[in-house]
Amino acid sequence: MASDRMEAGTITITSRKGDEIEAYHARPMEATGYPSVVVIHHMPGYDSSTKEIARRFASRGYGAVMPNLFHRYAPGASSGDAAAAARAAGGVPDAQCLDDVAGAMAFLKAQPGANGKVGVIGYCSGGRQSYLSACHLELDAAVDCYGGGVVATPDQLTPERPVAVIDMTKDLRCPMLGLFGVNDASPSPEHVAKMEEELTKHHKSFEFHSYEGAGHAFFWVERPSYHAEASRDGWHRIWDFYGEHLAG
Amino acid sequence: MCTYLTSTEKVAGTGLGAQGWFAIEEAVVYFDHPQEALVEHALCIDFRAGSRADPSERVAVELDAGSARRLAESILATLAHDEVKALGVD
Repeated sequence: MASDRMEAGTITITSRKGDEIEAYHARPMEATGYPSVVVIHHMPGYDSSTKEIARRFASRGYGAVMPNLFHRYAPGASSGDAAAAARAAGGVPDAQCLDDVAGAMAFLKAQPGANGKVGVIGYCSGGRQSYLSACHLELDAAVDCYGGGVVATPDQLTPERPVAVIDMTKDLRCPMLGLFGVNDASPSPEHVAKMEEELTKHHKSFEFHSYEGAGHAFFWVERPSYHAEASRDGWHRIWDFYGEHLAG
Repeated sequence: MCTYLTSTEKVAGTGLGAQGWFAIEEAVVYFDHPQEALVEHALCIDFRAGSRADPSERVAVELDAGSARRLAESILATLAHDEVKALGVD
């Protein structure tokens, strides 16, 4: 029987631009040739729920790193205070997010036991950032969990997020899995249909699943939005997808 | 959904935080996933000491939409009361 021992905790990683930021690292302790995943947290921040997701990946034999995208706004603060500080500052710029995800990728690839394949997964605002990352970085697979704002109207663009992510689709560099709730308002089923249309137009490899009865944040346990059936099936889809694209 | 809509108001006042009273310089208002309240979305207000202050110097509230509306109406009604007007404040 394979060992299920893991190691997890907060570390410091170096962003692509050289900034040191906080990150949560979880990895299997006795595996070799394991695949890796960058986990992008949701808008509420670098919290215990998303750390639990990173550990879940480690429990399945993946190395996982969750960069704290809000670290610069409030070093050493609680996840809630950091999320509030980041929001007050206008939110995380897309360029900065890409630097942090790139830094996390480099860290994961440098681990002695890693097989060199790196995927990305993000939830909520992190779903949008996962899509964004997959259009700019050399990732091997991307998962967008109900990322709102991929489809954006001109009035929703800001200096921090100046380009609608859907307009980057032609540059998507890896297969994508999208998991959505039919009852979600952002992304709504209409938004998801537009994403499918754009991905198809550019001949991208993708697989979308939309769950009846589920809304936004259906993976978020201990919250009213949690949806057991969607979450259970979604995790199966993730394991199958990463199993296919991140194997050594 | 996660929203990016955020309204920041410069305000003057004081708030009672975990470390005691502090001067409040801004109120950040948004409707999004709360940190703690068991509702999918909440009207959240962070009363903050300002962008250069310790990030923990804030008073946070998360209200369901109906509560937030009633609170807003209550504040406006209080400020519109004759006894308040008689004080000659804005």
